[in-house]
Amino acid sequence: MLVSYNWLRNYVNLDNVTPEELAEKITRSGIEVEGIEYLAPKSENIVVGYVKSCEKHPDADKLNLCQVDVGEESLQIICGAPNVGSGQKVAVAKPGAKLPNGMKIKKVKLRGVESNGMICSLQELGLDEKYIPVDVAEGIFVFPEDAEVGVPVQELLNLDDAILDLDVLANRPDALSMLGVAYEVAAILNQPMELPDENLTVDESIEAKDYIDVKIDSIENNPYYGAFIIRDVEIKPAPLWMRNYLMASGIRPINNVVDITNFVLLEYGQPLHAFDYDQFGSKQVVIRQGKVNETMVTLDDQERQLNENNLVITNGKEPVALAGVMGGADSEVTDETTNLLLEAAYFNSASVRHTVKQTGLRSESSTRFEKGVDPNRVKRAGIRACSLLQKYANGKIAGGVVEVDELDKSEKSVTVTTAKINQRLGMELDEKDVTSVLSRLQFEFSKNGEEIIVQVPTRRLDISIFEDILEEVIRIYGYDHLPYTIPQGWVQAGGLTDIQLLQREIKNYLSSAGLMETLTYSLTNEKDAKRFLTPDIEEKPAYSVGLAMPMSEEHSHLRLSLIPEMLRVLQHNVARTQTDLAYYEIGKVFISREEEITNQPIENLHVAGALTGLWHNHPWQQEKKPVDFYVAKGIVEGLFAHLELNVTFVQTKMEDMHPGRCAEIRLNGKGIGYVGQVHPLTAKDFDVKETYVFEIDLESVFAVHQLTPSFTDIPRYPSVTRDIAFILDNDIPAGDVQAVIKEIGAPLVKEVSIFDVYQGEHMEEGKKSVAYRLLYQDPSRTLKDDEVDASYQEIIEKVNNQFGSYVRS
Amino acid sequence: MKEELQAIESEALAAVEKAEDSQALQEMKVKYLGKKGSLTTVLRGMGKLSKEERPIIGELANNVRASITEALDAKTEKLERAALDKQLETETIDVTLPGNPVHVGGRHLLTSIMEEIEDLFIGMGYEVKEGPEVETDYYNFEKLNLPKNHPARDMQDTFFITNELLLRTQTSPVQARTMEAYQGNRPIKMICPGKVYRRDTDDATHSHQFRQIEGLVVDKNITLSDLKGTLDVFAKKMFGKDRKIRLRPSFFPFTEPSVEMDVSCKVCNGEGCSVCKQTGWIEILGGGMVHPRVLEMSGYDSTVYSGFAFGMGQERIAMLKYGVNDIRHFYTNDVRFLSQYHQA
Ligand SMILES: [Zn+2]
Repeated sequence: MLVSYNWLRNYVNLDNVTPEELAEKITRSGIEVEGIEYLAPKSENIVVGYVKSCEKHPDADKLNLCQVDVGEESLQIICGAPNVGSGQKVAVAKPGAKLPNGMKIKKVKLRGVESNGMICSLQELGLDEKYIPVDVAEGIFVFPEDAEVGVPVQELLNLDDAILDLDVLANRPDALSMLGVAYEVAAILNQPMELPDENLTVDESIEAKDYIDVKIDSIENNPYYGAFIIRDVEIKPAPLWMRNYLMASGIRPINNVVDITNFVLLEYGQPLHAFDYDQFGSKQVVIRQGKVNETMVTLDDQERQLNENNLVITNGKEPVALAGVMGGADSEVTDETTNLLLEAAYFNSASVRHTVKQTGLRSESSTRFEKGVDPNRVKRAGIRACSLLQKYANGKIAGGVVEVDELDKSEKSVTVTTAKINQRLGMELDEKDVTSVLSRLQFEFSKNGEEIIVQVPTRRLDISIFEDILEEVIRIYGYDHLPYTIPQGWVQAGGLTDIQLLQREIKNYLSSAGLMETLTYSLTNEKDAKRFLTPDIEEKPAYSVGLAMPMSEEHSHLRLSLIPEMLRVLQHNVARTQTDLAYYEIGKVFISREEEITNQPIENLHVAGALTGLWHNHPWQQEKKPVDFYVAKGIVEGLFAHLELNVTFVQTKMEDMHPGRCAEIRLNGKGIGYVGQVHPLTAKDFDVKETYVFEIDLESVFAVHQLTPSFTDIPRYPSVTRDIAFILDNDIPAGDVQAVIKEIGAPLVKEVSIFDVYQGEHMEEGKKSVAYRLLYQDPSRTLKDDEVDASYQEIIEKVNNQFGSYVRS
Repeated sequence: MKEELQAIESEALAAVEKAEDSQALQEMKVKYLGKKGSLTTVLRGMGKLSKEERPIIGELANNVRASITEALDAKTEKLERAALDKQLETETIDVTLPGNPVHVGGRHLLTSIMEEIEDLFIGMGYEVKEGPEVETDYYNFEKLNLPKNHPARDMQDTFFITNELLLRTQTSPVQARTMEAYQGNRPIKMICPGKVYRRDTDDATHSHQFRQIEGLVVDKNITLSDLKGTLDVFAKKMFGKDRKIRLRPSFFPFTEPSVEMDVSCKVCNGEGCSVCKQTGWIEILGGGMVHPRVLEMSGYDSTVYSGFAFGMGQERIAMLKYGVNDIRHFYTNDVRFLSQYHQA
């Protein structure tokens, strides 16, 4: 809402408060002033001049030579505007004047003729082109005849005005009107208010009911409709002050009738609509719901398709306006209009909102109906408009208003006590602190013992309960007076849950392991949403969740894996010559088990990593180690070692992964993730080089993890190690043999590690040598050589039997 | 004999002093102290001495042996040290060459901010609650006093999945779920951090996905002053102990009264500058007293219980605290951005 400071002065005394101070006070009391704009910076030496004569420049067709009376003197001015003419009152910038755009006016010679000033357009005086009336947009501005010659134009054109831009939130539709803002400002400044003139002299010879009848078929959407009849109006420009205020408020003046309805709309917050009575098409207004297949042409010359959700104004035959949104082209007020039908009505906000959503037509009127108008101001706005039409359009106001009225105009009452207010605020206000705020807001109240019974004026639609009055009291009394306290009484030990602590622990580990955390979008494209699924997701049909109306295809579906968006992050960095990257992310994936989603999807927390380029690089020592499968796997193994969980790795195949370099990660035999190389074709898709990734379902980890490890005594007795190298067929996984050794050797074998793998020269075709180191230990005694030897022999024998291997000598 | 022993001692000490390598010292040890060494030879003549002289000479002989041994040991150590020094000198390297690089990872800046805020409130006795990102209309809106067709729903452009399912536009549904779970019969002190989603076109100040953190305290006699005091603690911890806060009235459907909190601008110390648009204040977060309808809908008797709630965008806090100028940096994950703020 743009609020003109000068306009506001008509209702509240602002003599002791500058626009800046006022803006600050309004902001601190509840409605944020987002900015202050001055219409035009102070410009002097621009006055009203009278064009005594105007003739063609002797040497230039398009220039006029004007003699202009500016009060003390007469100036010869050359003017190029097409609309200049003798007898006009115009804005003259005298030599020495400075225009808002920085231009300095000097005496000049144009084609040999002296020009001692400039006749100005409104643009040149600093007004925004889009608010300038069409008839003067292409040329100079012409003042009404009664403008006094020699007077500075600054005040006459309201150029010294400051415009406050109020950010009015949904709870304060009352502040979408000058009167509403005036009530607010009067309360803030503790000043009395002056209300607009609603005096009206009706023409006793005409009765509105003889001209019009009103019938409402949809009373729940339109509980009040008032029809005023104004005859014999004279269409002309509105008075200059009114045009000034409209332009300052961001509305372009059109003619006196349209301007008056707009003026009252801004002043009262009540939209009005003026129909050309003679083009209305009947003597009856019928308000009803639209019909399917019905159409109408709105003021903007668009044909609109209607349906039963649109409330329409009709002439009994066909729609003439979309109620509260836009009028029809046929009954528009034009220069030929002489008789008016003026509508002041209350349209239900949900109904108007529906039509706005459907048509996309949002206007000053519809916005106010959508947010709610004051039921007690509807008819008064009509009367105010009639009073102005009488004054500024010489209209004859018909007696009576034809109306249908089932509108609830009653005031709510809310009961409060000072004690309860203090209890909720944590303050010690006196009763008179409370009642003085109510008086400043012009809320009437009565007292009953401790109770204060507040009558809430209908302009304040936002107030209906105790807490609303509480807010009024503290915002006007001042939030700065609130003390600073901390909740007393009940105490609990704050903290993170085990699962939250575990997430932090995983972040600690991965960060320390050299990976950088990323944060990517949960929404991705449809194709990528369903790639790189962990085995726990794939075990049943899984669907990605799509948005009903995505903003773009790139962000249309919720991800089932963190990897695709992480690959995109790699790509972004690689394209910026950052080639060695190691990233991790912890975030949710969204799994729907229904093809047509009806329930909330399963949300599982995942951890994923993506690595590419060099893992280690020490150039002058010629040490370079690119990321490979075992780097990625080592990070995963380290993670589970850190979490004290045993996982196993099983060769697997996945669509987007290298067929020979991918392992499923299993926890207690259940697949919970994978680690491996991204398939070269997929990598190409994402425009990344050789890349290794892992992804793990953390919900499976949380399900088995014990946050507090149990204590195990440090071994007191020495351990014994034995090494064995087995010659194995190439396709036997070394890890399988390792697991079997551990199984056979239990409980004496505590650890089995692989310390050498050899393939190639001196090795039989199709075979490999894998060397294992076995660690024997008993926590309660020193082991004897012969029992270790016996176990060692048993292991060799059983492994050879199971895998067809033999021991390398 | 006494003279003989003294002569041996002085001869030996002088020889040790002159020795230049360990082999020479070894030879001297044999020559003076060995089984056939000069000291032993002299002592063989002890038998000729009188009973009175014997212990005197014996003691002298021991002293001479000790003195020579000590000199030999000292000289040995000195020579060994010299040899070591010489060897180490040859092992000198260029310490100005770069070291072995360590891959440094780290948390995302937003995670660091979130954990900092979490820890601050945990210290004040808050628990940390989480909830689903795909929410129902009921928990995201209706339970928070935003019935269907409420005009304030326009404030939040929502990604709908179906008529009833949506991506949460705020973390407040976690508050509603917690209140409901506690069934109106115990106080609450909680914060809920998490991702939220809105239909905004991504630009320097908007992101269709961002993170919030909200707080909720419900108990008997919770006051607006409690909210002000709590936010003051928060602001001073996050932005510096010299910062001041102020509350301004605002509007949120789930709180009444509702407030915005501003923090005094640290760039200009409240004098007014371009960062704070000349106001001296920077808007940080919104909050208020929990609307009685919200309490009642979750089973809390609003005549007995009252509460306050507040919520903020984590990105905004991070941007203000670290001077980040574009919200998209958080989601582009450019390594050159991330590594500026890493913290393991
Ligand atoms: Zn500042």
